[in-house]
Amino acid sequence: MEYQFNLVIEILAVGATLAGSLFTLSLFFGHGQQLGGWSWDAALVVLGMHTFLEGFASTLLRPNLGNLVKQVQNGSLDFVLLKPIDSQLWLSLRTISPWGLPEIGVGLGLVLVGLARSGAHPGLTTWIVASAMLLSAVTILYSLWFVLAATSIWFVKVWNATEVLRSLLAAGRYPVSAYPPVLRFLFTTLLPVAFLTTVPAQALLGLAPGRMVLLSGAIAAICLVGSRALWLQALRHYTSASS
Amino acid sequence: MTSDRSNPRRQAGPAQSRLAKAVRRRAASLRSVLRIARALFSSQYALMLEYRAEIVLWALSGLLPLLMFSLWSNAPAGAASGLSPQAFARYFLAAFVVRQFTIVWVVYAFEEDNLLGRLSPYLLQPLPLVWRYVAAHLADQATRLPIVTIMVALFFLFVPSAIWIPSLGQFLLAIFALQLGFWLNFLLHYAITLLCFWSERARALEKLLYMPYLFLSGLLAPLDLYPASLRAFALHTPFAAMLYLPAQLLSGGPVDLIAGLLNAVSWLFLLVPLNLWLWRAGVRRYAALGA
Repeated sequence: MEYQFNLVIEILAVGATLAGSLFTLSLFFGHGQQLGGWSWDAALVVLGMHTFLEGFASTLLRPNLGNLVKQVQNGSLDFVLLKPIDSQLWLSLRTISPWGLPEIGVGLGLVLVGLARSGAHPGLTTWIVASAMLLSAVTILYSLWFVLAATSIWFVKVWNATEVLRSLLAAGRYPVSAYPPVLRFLFTTLLPVAFLTTVPAQALLGLAPGRMVLLSGAIAAICLVGSRALWLQALRHYTSASS
Repeated sequence: MTSDRSNPRRQAGPAQSRLAKAVRRRAASLRSVLRIARALFSSQYALMLEYRAEIVLWALSGLLPLLMFSLWSNAPAGAASGLSPQAFARYFLAAFVVRQFTIVWVVYAFEEDNLLGRLSPYLLQPLPLVWRYVAAHLADQATRLPIVTIMVALFFLFVPSAIWIPSLGQFLLAIFALQLGFWLNFLLHYAITLLCFWSERARALEKLLYMPYLFLSGLLAPLDLYPASLRAFALHTPFAAMLYLPAQLLSGGPVDLIAGLLNAVSWLFLLVPLNLWLWRAGVRRYAALGA
């Protein structure tokens, strides 16, 4: 019964967000205009990617990494570190929250609708490249979240920083070419928003430039290695709750 | 505050001194109210200063209007809408500022107090609970003031064409509308908070409240760009009064002032009794649980 209530709320929230996002996006496409060189149908794919990643974050990242912060605060991280299993893996994959699943579904649906409407017929290679790009996007997103959570070893209260991250990642709701040059540069380098939504969408539409595909993989690898290095560094600094 | 209204002025005796006494008593009660208010505010302000690093992060998480500005000023649809890039810059900067000073997090504060068992002692104090939270929000706004000032200055540094100084009348009117907006937002959230007396899941409702706020308040686009029917609808919701109205007043955009204020005040007349009723019923229920 309680879960039913939560589910109703969650579905209502996802539906309202979808309607609102579609409406806001449509404001940019009045009178046959385009947004940053993207058509309405292609922009739907970007929005779908963003929704999918939001769902991924609520399913896997928020519950697990929220837990990590909590464990640093109350000292139970020690028990995790004592387990004979890689601590980063354990902390990242321990729980799955079902509340993000509706969002994942809606996101994937939006991607498919956008693809169908823009008349793209992805071949096998396109699917492979697009899956690789999606994997990169998920890896980058995970690394950003994990790095933030891992800094809680130094600064115990960092959870608010995830709100900042979330609000900045909202930029990925729109194709990155819609932003002014300064922000476009920022979103491809310092904060790789472009590789989260725009590049995978381009790959699906068969429009991704080859260098962007390579760059996306490279950035994902750098992010993952970086998050690993930071975690090892953090553990060296971690002086447990009792010592 | 209201108890001294019933002072026995009609009784026999020198009316003059009775009146003087009543006035003195009223002044004393006013003084004590002011004293309580000052103590509450200064203690909450000290508490907020403790968290100022976090408040910087919260302020940063409100960057959405500035992100939307960069989109609108760059989009062909923005140019076609008849608003100049300068008008977009001013509107969204004003929206950012208004949002910073109308943010409400009373649901979280209440939930934490409830979980940590602080609620019962608070309820025993001879001070309605709501004033503690109001003081905390005002203290939060005071802490935000320097942060927001710096961010506005930075914005002007990057977009110098947007610099404007509102006239005094315009500024005061905007502050008034902003206060109305804050109270509307606070009362709406407080009504949801009070539902926590009935169900712990009331917090999920707060999440739901953010949706209409996001899309009807004018945070993502000036409401003038909405289709006429939707715009008319949005202007009749409390959400437009929380952001669009004060932001337009502050940035000097065209706005139907009378209709906007009327809308805000009528929602206020609806929300105040609702909150009072929920509060009375909720406290009775809390006591009935024997907690």
